[in-house]
Amino acid sequence: MTASIQIDRSPAQQYLLRLGDTCLILGQRLGEWCGHAPIIEEDIALTNMALDLVGQARAVLTHAGRAQGYDEDQLAFLRDERDFFNPTLVELPNALGGHARPGPGDFALTVLRNFLVATLLKGLWTRLCESSDAELAAIAAKALKEARYHQQHAADWVLRLGDGTDESHRRMQAALDQLWRYVPELFEADAVDEAAAAGGLGPRWADLQADWRAQVDEVLAEAGLTPPADSSFRSTGRRGVHTEHMGYILAEMQQLQRAYPGGAW
Amino acid sequence: MTQAGASAPATAGPPVPVDASVRAQRAWALLDEVLDPEVPALSLRDLGIVRGVADEGDALAVVLTPTYSGCPATEAIARSVVEALEAAGLGPVRVTLQRAPAWSTDWISDAGRRKLRDYGIAPPGPVDPAAGAPVRLVRRAAPAATVACPRCGSAQTERLSAFGSTACKALYRCLACREPFEHFKPI
Repeated sequence: MTASIQIDRSPAQQYLLRLGDTCLILGQRLGEWCGHAPIIEEDIALTNMALDLVGQARAVLTHAGRAQGYDEDQLAFLRDERDFFNPTLVELPNALGGHARPGPGDFALTVLRNFLVATLLKGLWTRLCESSDAELAAIAAKALKEARYHQQHAADWVLRLGDGTDESHRRMQAALDQLWRYVPELFEADAVDEAAAAGGLGPRWADLQADWRAQVDEVLAEAGLTPPADSSFRSTGRRGVHTEHMGYILAEMQQLQRAYPGGAW
Repeated sequence: MTQAGASAPATAGPPVPVDASVRAQRAWALLDEVLDPEVPALSLRDLGIVRGVADEGDALAVVLTPTYSGCPATEAIARSVVEALEAAGLGPVRVTLQRAPAWSTDWISDAGRRKLRDYGIAPPGPVDPAAGAPVRLVRRAAPAATVACPRCGSAQTERLSAFGSTACKALYRCLACREPFEHFKPI
């Protein structure tokens, strides 16, 4: 097996990796739907969005790696779990406890998560267009256009299912109840975000919260969905401390490059 | 751009600097024959992704702008540019990818839009300046923006899927002639 790489954990690097890893890990999760979505149009939609996210991750990781002498593949395939900085929300499986249907997951949870994350990324890319880092600003200008489509598509589904049949409403509300506890982590202020904001690299994610919440609340209200009460639980993925699900997703994603270093086809 | 020249760019996007050398001018003409591998009705120039051609002596420098972050054709397009220009004796060729300004479907040329329609793909409308606004809630029954059928021209069409066979297209159906068709999404 190929040894893991050692990464630079400076605030600026962590800030970039948070962004790149969010795209990479959600892209990997969405890719699990390939060939399994409930209808073929959604199979195509979910995998197209996965493709956009992986493309965005490639751009951000290539850029982050340049300073460290690593390429996008080394950062994606040779980092250990603690060196990934995506929020926990994106690493959760496509179905959480109690879901007993066959297939790769719960469609309600998948589209709801897509909506929550696309709304976040849209806000983030919008602000990053003004980054002091010209390359990051250029990546953001492109990614923003894609994130708008992702958000619109996911919001349409949240509305259709939330305001659909009793069964679709029940399952969408259940997904919201399951995912909501992973939201506060997204907007926690810390030294990494503080340094990025001070240097003009990008906004604190906390600064995106009010706008995010307004957009999410509007769609949830229209869909007849109610967020559960806030809890004191805090997930910690953005600090590199992940759930048990992260190891499995990395094992699947990294196995080939670990077993066949530098393998290409 | 310092020169106009007979083959002055006809793209709708920002002006494309093509230097006046014979080598660059020939390359510019040839790039109108290199096709997009995923939408082979369009040349790279029709698509508006060639953003500069310059004779730099040791190499011919070609600047390309990717369409989507995850477009799997980007590498293939760069390769086909090198192959086409080197086959014509204009090499060596150096391709660079430029992200900013971000490509927009507004850069697809008028000829490109005609070719798309003839090929059976509804061309993109202008990019919606309100695209940056908060989410537009679209009720299932609400009519979406009109996209005319590229076959019969009817405006009575409906969207089947926001994402089509490639990330850049959506799937539609014409309610008049009943044919399905693809729509190149404005982005």
